Amino acid sequence: MKIRFDKLGVVIAAIAAYAAFLAPFATFRANRIVPGQARSILEALPATAGPLLMAIVIVAALMALFRTPLMLRLAASVVALAALALLVGVAGTFLTPAGNTLARVSPASGFWVLIFAFTLLLADVLTRLNLSPWARVAVLVAAAVAIGLLLVSGAWNDLSILKEYANRADSFWAEGSKHVTLALGSLLAAVVVGLPLGILCHRVERLRAGVLNVLNIIQTIPSIALFGLLIAPLGWIATHVPGAAALGIRGIGTAPAFVALFLYSLLPVVANTVVGLAGVPRAANDAARGMGMTDRQRLFGVEFPLAFPVILTGIRIVLVQNIGLATIAALIGGGGFGVFVFQGVGQTAMDLVLLGAVPTVALAFAAAIILDAVIEMTATKRRVETA
Amino acid sequence: MIEIEGITKRYDTTTVVDDVSMVIEPRTIAVIVGTSGSGKTTLLRMINRLVEPTAGIIKLDGADNRSVPGYELRRSIGYAIQGHGLFPHRTVAQNIATVPVLLGWEKNRIRARVDELMTLYQLDPQEFGPRYPHELSGGQQQRVGVARALAAEPNVLLMDEPFGALDPIIRTKAQEDLLAIQKRFGTTIILVTHDMEEAVHMGDKIAVMDAGKLVQYAKPAEILANPASSFVETLVGASERPFRLLSLGRVRDAVENGAAEGEAIPGDASQRDALAELLWTGRPALPVKGADGKPLGRVTVDGLVKRAARPA
Repeated sequence: MKIRFDKLGVVIAAIAAYAAFLAPFATFRANRIVPGQARSILEALPATAGPLLMAIVIVAALMALFRTPLMLRLAASVVALAALALLVGVAGTFLTPAGNTLARVSPASGFWVLIFAFTLLLADVLTRLNLSPWARVAVLVAAAVAIGLLLVSGAWNDLSILKEYANRADSFWAEGSKHVTLALGSLLAAVVVGLPLGILCHRVERLRAGVLNVLNIIQTIPSIALFGLLIAPLGWIATHVPGAAALGIRGIGTAPAFVALFLYSLLPVVANTVVGLAGVPRAANDAARGMGMTDRQRLFGVEFPLAFPVILTGIRIVLVQNIGLATIAALIGGGGFGVFVFQGVGQTAMDLVLLGAVPTVALAFAAAIILDAVIEMTATKRRVETA
Repeated sequence: MIEIEGITKRYDTTTVVDDVSMVIEPRTIAVIVGTSGSGKTTLLRMINRLVEPTAGIIKLDGADNRSVPGYELRRSIGYAIQGHGLFPHRTVAQNIATVPVLLGWEKNRIRARVDELMTLYQLDPQEFGPRYPHELSGGQQQRVGVARALAAEPNVLLMDEPFGALDPIIRTKAQEDLLAIQKRFGTTIILVTHDMEEAVHMGDKIAVMDAGKLVQYAKPAEILANPASSFVETLVGASERPFRLLSLGRVRDAVENGAAEGEAIPGDASQRDALAELLWTGRPALPVKGADGKPLGRVTVDGLVKRAARPA
């Protein structure tokens, strides 16, 4: 029988081999800011767990390397990821000297690269399975529940990132909710303003180029520069408009962060609304008018439903972009997960940086999957007619 | 009855429709023919006020079409276009129900009407009603488009190249269906096309337009026999003229006494089909049978050729 290699599997196996044999699995540090010492898989885990993890990684990498049935590949990636997730916690406990609260154990590059390799395998399998939108959301929920259970069970409590969390549990959730509020709130505002603006641009051709150009220029202003530019006008509003300061409008803080995110969000929303409306088949529009729909009936009954998937794509871009960008708000006292990132950078404590970065990435990732599923669900019945 | 009086449409300095006057009798089909840019579509769209005229009046059954708001006027007039313009996000049944829903008909009445039209157009309501337009063939989409235009029982139906996107075989079938339905409902139809063949076949009267002007408005035979200008003559096609003239007549009207050999041709067939059959089989005469199968007589090559000559 001829042995056949899987193209992506070759890459995955190579990455996994490098990570398992050459890269450190965990880092041990005497306290949170000194440089760490690398530990390989066999050094970082107890006598039985180390070889077990090596075996799992090797078998899973071989499954990826050769052309194997999809279900087998799915099982390999899930087992490997679960083993990695569980055993990194074990490594934390194993490497931390008993009773030492200053020592820090964190996952090292080998761990992250292994996670990357098997996530790639999982993503490839899920893509090939061609899952329905609901099934993809279900997979996301299952992954979130699994991670949640691991967090609650305390299996990871000896890892450095959770030690940082333990010190900041209250502010973590407060900043988290501020982060989500900033990202979603500015998105909501952008939709409320951007949709009508997009419709207006679609209807009034003279307005279109001007509005889109202005929004384009805003998009090119670096975020820090935009914060700086907003200090003066918002400060003026705070002192001169009665009640503005009471609402929390100031030159720095949440207000300029919100305004900046809102301005960045406008271009994708407006541009996608214009593109979506322009993509409505001419014949459908003409027929709608010819059959006696009023302008409003045509907008809500024909143009808007047909443009909706494209508009949603714009909203997806904005949401993912905003979740990432909201990190910057911490620079001007706007709060959010960025607070931990910038504190961590200031203290050269990478674990603290991760405490801010990991939830941000997870949120953006989840938002992308959920909105992609929604877009696909709305678009399935609305294929563009061929005539 | 539709009365078009001195209708003109100008965009800036270009005159698209130039002082057109014509009367379309009720329960007839008027076909507007012309080359691209002749203003035929604009003229059609001024009847339901998708385009507002610069000057002139259009009366529907004596009432100025500006006496009600545009959208209300359009709900009372059927409208079918090339590429059918079905709403891709609505099912076939929802598409057909568009105007009745706009008019606020009762649910049961709408469902009954949709089922009636779909059955009339040989689309099983159970099977096709819940489908989306992209799941239908081109011919089926076109039928749904016309069914949708007829949904609210309009007296007048405007059609802008409704068969333009169909292949020749489906197109012929669609034309026959439309003629049958026009007879059944007595709808007044105004149809725009660039195809003289279609115009001669479908039209009770043909309006020829050129550069915004109405060049000739007459019965098909008259257009063929006495083209008003060299433009009309070109449009008719000199080499096609005799055959188009023959296509207007039925075999029944060309029957001579006598017998002939071979398969009989039905009296309802067009004289052009009879001549084609004669020429193709190399025979001088064909037997003709009536609808009941009884022999009516025969048609001859000589007799048909005389009928193909320019009328005096």
